[in-house]
Amino acid sequence: MTAVQAPLALEAIGVTKRFGSITANEDVDLQVEAGTVHALLGENGAGKSTLVNILFGLYHADEGEIRVAGKPVRMDSPRDAIAHRIGMVHQHFQLVPVLTVAENVVLGQEPTRGLGVLDLDAAAAEVTRLAERYGLDVDPRAVLEDLPVGTQQRVEILRSLYRQADVLILDEPTAVLTPQETDQLLGVLRGLAAEGVAVVFITHKLREVLAIADRVTVMRHGRVVGSTDPAETDEAGLAEMMVGRSVVLRVPKSAARPGDPVLSIDGLCVQDDRGRPAVDDLDLEVRSGEIFGIAGVEGNGQRELVEAITGLRDVLDGSIRVNGTELAGHRPREISELGVAHVPEDREKHGLIAAHSIADNLVLNRYHRPPFARRGVRQPAAIDDEARHLVERFDIRTASIDAPARSLSGGNKQKVIAAREFSHGAPLLVAAQPTRGIDVGSIEFVHRQLIEQRDRGVGVLLVSAELDEILSLSDRIGVIYRGRLVIVADAADLDRAHIGRLMLSGSDQPA
Amino acid sequence: MSVLRSALIPLIAVTLALVVGAILIATSGSSPVEAYSALIEGSFFGWESFGTTLEKATPLIMGGLAVAFAFKAGLFNIGGQGQLLFGALIAGAVGYGFTGLPWIIHMPLALLLGAVAGAAWGAIPGILKATRGAHEVITTIMLNFVAANMAEWLATKVWRKEGDILVRTPIIEDSAEIPTWGHVPLGFFIAVAFALAIWFLLQRTTFGFEIRSVGLNPSAAGYAGISVKRIIVLTMTISGFLAAIGGSIETLGVVGRYEPGVNAGLGFDGITIALLARTHPIAVIPAAILIAAMNASASLMQFKAGVAPEIVDVIEALILLFVATPIIVRWFVKSRQDDGVSVGATWGST
Repeated sequence: MTAVQAPLALEAIGVTKRFGSITANEDVDLQVEAGTVHALLGENGAGKSTLVNILFGLYHADEGEIRVAGKPVRMDSPRDAIAHRIGMVHQHFQLVPVLTVAENVVLGQEPTRGLGVLDLDAAAAEVTRLAERYGLDVDPRAVLEDLPVGTQQRVEILRSLYRQADVLILDEPTAVLTPQETDQLLGVLRGLAAEGVAVVFITHKLREVLAIADRVTVMRHGRVVGSTDPAETDEAGLAEMMVGRSVVLRVPKSAARPGDPVLSIDGLCVQDDRGRPAVDDLDLEVRSGEIFGIAGVEGNGQRELVEAITGLRDVLDGSIRVNGTELAGHRPREISELGVAHVPEDREKHGLIAAHSIADNLVLNRYHRPPFARRGVRQPAAIDDEARHLVERFDIRTASIDAPARSLSGGNKQKVIAAREFSHGAPLLVAAQPTRGIDVGSIEFVHRQLIEQRDRGVGVLLVSAELDEILSLSDRIGVIYRGRLVIVADAADLDRAHIGRLMLSGSDQPA
Repeated sequence: MSVLRSALIPLIAVTLALVVGAILIATSGSSPVEAYSALIEGSFFGWESFGTTLEKATPLIMGGLAVAFAFKAGLFNIGGQGQLLFGALIAGAVGYGFTGLPWIIHMPLALLLGAVAGAAWGAIPGILKATRGAHEVITTIMLNFVAANMAEWLATKVWRKEGDILVRTPIIEDSAEIPTWGHVPLGFFIAVAFALAIWFLLQRTTFGFEIRSVGLNPSAAGYAGISVKRIIVLTMTISGFLAAIGGSIETLGVVGRYEPGVNAGLGFDGITIALLARTHPIAVIPAAILIAAMNASASLMQFKAGVAPEIVDVIEALILLFVATPIIVRWFVKSRQDDGVSVGATWGST
């Protein structure tokens, strides 16, 4: 035993927080040591975000105590938290897009040359100094909105460091990052810990916990179920703590029995929002009964490809055929009725109408057809029947089908979309980032469903930024780079490193 | 959400506004009790007062419906005034210009053509938004001015009776009149029928579902195959249609001709009504009756209690303020169950 124990950088004791009848945090203890990376692990809705919002003064705990460096403190607002040298990086960045990196970092505590004149040179110099010290490579004079998401996140971290944070809280920092950016971020967090910063990061990705955390606290249903050293456990053990039952992380599947092509894309060209080529002369074929995975760093044309197939984006040139029928030029409704099911990338924005009931969302692609509507009049009884059936079949956890979709957790929202898109017999399924931001239990469910669809003879086009997901589900894999598939091969013939090289440079040669 | 709970905030807002109004009346040296009894007497006591209240409520119902309906698609139709003017003018022109038609044809024709004119006027900002992305708040405000001046020109140069010194169209034919039975105006029931029809359209039809979907999340609606542009154009068209019905009834049932001054401000009151009704089509009816009652009895209040009639405008403005800022109301009721969505913050939240 060490004789002298340094006080904990940050401590929560018996924190309880209720929202109306819901208890988001119940008697939660958290102990974060200086110079360590502490992972806060749990499913969506487990209370992680509530806890860190309390620690950062955004919410006020109903019961319990917060201690910083061993002393009890009152946190009534983020101002208090910042005064106690706690910094937070939110999932949605709190940055000003049109300002430069340096301006964003110093915003709120700007260096001046007296009389309130901004000293931007001093700001830039300070940013450069911090960036070098913590290994956060970023150009202080770049305008924020021109930077990729991963770099913007570094600016957020720099801002906390500029305010001399001893504790840095990150709310699901990797949810918005590409695999490469994630690796870089994890490296940065380790570096921060080495400099003595206490890092608290929220995640539900087990691999990240095992890769960098010194300590992990697992939450479930608003309570802490345990705190452990990641070295003493493994992915399966953590998943079980998180979900409360054993979870299959890699869904078993039999060999594919592919049939005829369902989707044939030839020479497809599509532009992005700014009119630049995003998909460039791309060829692709998905056969019935197989999962075709598209791997790639985000922003290489995946989104535009999916939108072109589903009719949400104009096709500039080339053809997209489903079972021989040309899709280009058709509207989304027609394409849906031709048999293209779509799990959109942005669940909240595109997949659901959050204020509509769960029932309405479950029939969102069929609400206008019998039996859900007759002569333009909706048939609530038929809608409710279908909704109840789907809620049961897809194990959607909700008190009522009349509850608004926004009341569901991320995983259950995705189940609603899956139930809607998988249940009407479409021969082609386009799934974009189907498990982004959802919990382990729901990931398992969605993966099982994708394989089940495949086994029923559906052709599945899977687009995912999670290389693990592509590798574990796909029968064939294409790597997309700058709008083209640079390789198409059987999944068995590709390994992780090979795909990674192709994703980064488009060729087998090291960049 | 239950009906009762939805009605809670508007009810409290009205009560608060009346309380503040009472304090204002008292500080000006009059008796709030007398003033408010005059208010009730002037609007609800006796068939004549009650009939006048219903008559005044009619264009307010239609204006409120027009605004509430557009809210459901996430659109803010400030152009009710212009659309109403067109309805009033065209109904007046058809009302006097066609002769020899039986009532059963002439009256509905005048009503309908007036409404169609308003619908066309409402379609313009819809098309501009759908094709060019022009914000409907800007375009509808601009079109109000265009409508007012165009109506003035038409009523002056084209349809004015020779020798008439006032800017107005000739008196409509008897066959175009919307009758009043005793003191009860038929127009009021037409407006109520529209409120019920709009409720049915929004809640029970696929078209209404599409409108609400576009209002709540246009991108998800687009992903679900709904043509967002089509919905925007149709919603604005129908909204214009509804506002114009209000103007047409005013011409055919109350004034008997088109006179610009008579309709001033009616279209804007629709915004107040829609907010007070929290954009619920049926709640628009009581909201309109309330505002109409206050307008109808303002002069009696002055006569009986010696209160300046402008106090009614102050109370109306206070109601609007309290409805749009539910936080003020929440000081008085701890209603945590309320979803916290105010109509002021996100249009069309019910």
